[in-house]
Amino acid sequence: MVNTPHTVLRLVGIHKRFGAVLALDGVDLNVNAGEVHALVGENGAGKSTLIHIVAGTLPPDRGEIFLAQSGARGDRSSPVSREASHTEGEEGDASALRRVQFRNGHEALCAGISAVFQELSLVGTLSVAENIFANRQPVNRWNFIRRGDLRRQTQALLDGFDIGIEPDTAVERLSVAERQVVEILKALSSRPRVVLFDEPTSSLTQRETRTLFSLIHRLRGEGTAIIYVSHHLPEVLELADRVTVLRDGRRVATLPRSDVSERDLIRLMVGRELSDIYGQPHWFPEKQAAETPRLRVAGLGRRGVFSGVAFDLRPGEIVGLAGLVGAGRTEIGRALFGLAPATEGEIWLDGRRIWPRSAGEAMNAGIAYVTEDRKALGLYLRHSVRDNLAAPWVSRAHACAVRGFSTGAGFLRDRQLDDYAEASRKRFRIVAPDVRQTVGRLSGGNQQKVLLAAWIGIEPRVLIADEPTRGVDVGARGEIYGYLRELAQSGTAILLISSDLQEILGMSDRVLVMRAGRIVKQLDRAEATEEGIIAAALGAGAEPNLRVTETQSPSTQT
Amino acid sequence: MGTTDSVLVRAWAAVKRVPEIRILLVVIAFALAMWAYDPRFLSPATINTILLYLFGFAIMACGMTMLLVSGGFDLSVGSVAALSAMTAAMLMKHPAILLAWPLAFLAGLAVGAAMGLINGWIVARVGINPFITTLGMMLLARGLTHVVSGGMSRSDFGPQFCWLGQGRVAGVQMPIIISLTLVVVADVLLRKSRFFRQNYYIGGNEQAAWLSGIAVNRIKMFNYCLSGLLAALAGLLFAARLDSAAPNQGEGDELKVITAVIVGGASLSGGKGTVFGAFLGCVLLAMILPAIRTLHIEVHWEKAVVGSILLLAVLLDRIGRKEK
Repeated sequence: MVNTPHTVLRLVGIHKRFGAVLALDGVDLNVNAGEVHALVGENGAGKSTLIHIVAGTLPPDRGEIFLAQSGARGDRSSPVSREASHTEGEEGDASALRRVQFRNGHEALCAGISAVFQELSLVGTLSVAENIFANRQPVNRWNFIRRGDLRRQTQALLDGFDIGIEPDTAVERLSVAERQVVEILKALSSRPRVVLFDEPTSSLTQRETRTLFSLIHRLRGEGTAIIYVSHHLPEVLELADRVTVLRDGRRVATLPRSDVSERDLIRLMVGRELSDIYGQPHWFPEKQAAETPRLRVAGLGRRGVFSGVAFDLRPGEIVGLAGLVGAGRTEIGRALFGLAPATEGEIWLDGRRIWPRSAGEAMNAGIAYVTEDRKALGLYLRHSVRDNLAAPWVSRAHACAVRGFSTGAGFLRDRQLDDYAEASRKRFRIVAPDVRQTVGRLSGGNQQKVLLAAWIGIEPRVLIADEPTRGVDVGARGEIYGYLRELAQSGTAILLISSDLQEILGMSDRVLVMRAGRIVKQLDRAEATEEGIIAAALGAGAEPNLRVTETQSPSTQT
Repeated sequence: MGTTDSVLVRAWAAVKRVPEIRILLVVIAFALAMWAYDPRFLSPATINTILLYLFGFAIMACGMTMLLVSGGFDLSVGSVAALSAMTAAMLMKHPAILLAWPLAFLAGLAVGAAMGLINGWIVARVGINPFITTLGMMLLARGLTHVVSGGMSRSDFGPQFCWLGQGRVAGVQMPIIISLTLVVVADVLLRKSRFFRQNYYIGGNEQAAWLSGIAVNRIKMFNYCLSGLLAALAGLLFAARLDSAAPNQGEGDELKVITAVIVGGASLSGGKGTVFGAFLGCVLLAMILPAIRTLHIEVHWEKAVVGSILLLAVLLDRIGRKEK
């Protein structure tokens, strides 16, 4: 065993082009055994493309991938490569590397590379165990599945993650966070030499994130190489041994963690320094505190989900709603928007009592809701930018006619809709050749801008923004914060639901913290700190070291 | 040179944006090729034959397009057409009833709408998938047709009822007038009206449509109801044209209609398609039999050709999408 870092995976000159876009332009990368190698960059920088190439799910146009012949892990009969008989011997440690070409993800998996992608690959109707051991179930000599072994092995994996999931539960009955855990365990169950993580914590609770980190530390200690893609820079800095920054398909730098700060990374990613992406608040409490609240919620409850929820949103105010995943934040947003109406309590909008029972009613009352899941719930990916922007109007006969988007008889005025879409595209700086562009072809940040533009476009009096910057690169995030500030300035009250504490702290005039379906704390801008919010989210008196058991299992969505 | 090029390029780009352009070109090319082989193929008589052959499909295709655009479909249209026609026939001909024809006609339409509403209720409110639901309705309606008729055909409905299927206005037969009118109206509505345009959103992403404030369930129920109503109309006109309602009338029509709508540019996964495209799909399928006769090919080839066209249409669509 050598003491010098030993390369497990080496990429040389990887090129990949999608139509007119050069996604990767000659990227080199070395990943060592026992290293957490973070990959950061704005959306569209090429991170996802790169890890898809490593995982075998995308072929590179040019470039070579080398993999250590025998890793730190006990090797199976290694079907590493098909045309890799020639060994590379130019460099000292390269002699142990062998060129590989994967035609699909399965070949990469057999070679010891396992990936956790953002898109989940689970079968809802099958059990946790069957999902984790998909295609590799322990079998007896008649090729029948050994149920007992399957269950035991799954239980062992679950125990390592310290999470209350049963091996026999159908995956469709799990929450999003729990499914993410299953996905991770699925990737780890083949005992890979290289593990690729693509934004693994985006839907995890703080506690599960901690568990994942300790799991990653353990894997690293065992000599596994880990490639970790994340937008969340504090997370990257905490976890990574080295950080590689990609920008516009090129590798900008690979640096040891000890040499970089978050600010350095941001500068490398965007090529410019962001002074303060959250912008400055303009809200003057002394002036507006006296006014009628824009939104007043009193005693709001929905059986088994949340109860006794009460707060005010004043005109122009941005209020952050923090808490763990499953604490009931999204459910409050959905209740206010009429999607899953509350069962008790009162909602007042500008002094008028309302009780929305559908999205249409909420919109007509002046409430807009930007969903946390833009791909599944928010956007029409196969439709044009224009049609997406028109959606909140096309659904409402009266509003559509009043706004001039349809005639009194209900025939749409396409010219007006085109103009409206074009104006929105310019205002929100949506990068698309024109408004006929299919939304699914835009980058994540631009998709999110389309979603936001559609809802800000209805000129709401209250905007509920649920994770408005999830999976969005730093540049677009700054723009989105700007649009939210602008909207607040015009008098709209914003309820900002977010798991990103820096976002909550940077944007909010006040912070509400939820735990187990209740608002447990209200903090002013001046007194809010990350530690204070985490402590409240975990339960009173908790140390912010996160080793706290939750009082209740998080309630799943309806 | 350069300017003509750019004009042509721009014209081609504009033409390519017309959603029905492929099917339109195919229909025109097909018709011209047949005409080159035998000029009689485009004679008024042949065109009339083709339009008379497809009127029922065209009417049902109007409703089916709405359904496919919104991500659903309806396997029961052929059976519902037969049941509606047979209901009207029995009401007119049963010695104990002898209902006046307009009332019988309306009753037939009502039966179709009711069957469609049941489909819609099961799909939208209960949440059963459209395949199972409308497959069940297909069998149920067919069975009921046999029950009410006792398995026998009915005919001799009187000249006024038959005028709907056989009469002419300005030399054009009624079924052709009615079906073409419906196609135009349905096409304009789906293209231009706010209410119908919501179907594209539902088919594009049902969850997002709900979050956008679209009354997804209500619109789905409306679509199935409309599909049933139009199927009934097609069945009644067919009975009027033949002066006969048979228990096995329209067997297999549902698949022909779905084929035509998909050939016309719609997709089973929803979100796209137009009524005009579906109509052109009907035209293409209706031209096959006359073409086979003109070319003196065995008539048994018809189904094989229809199947090939469907597969080809889907393949071309997939290839076209990859090119973009």
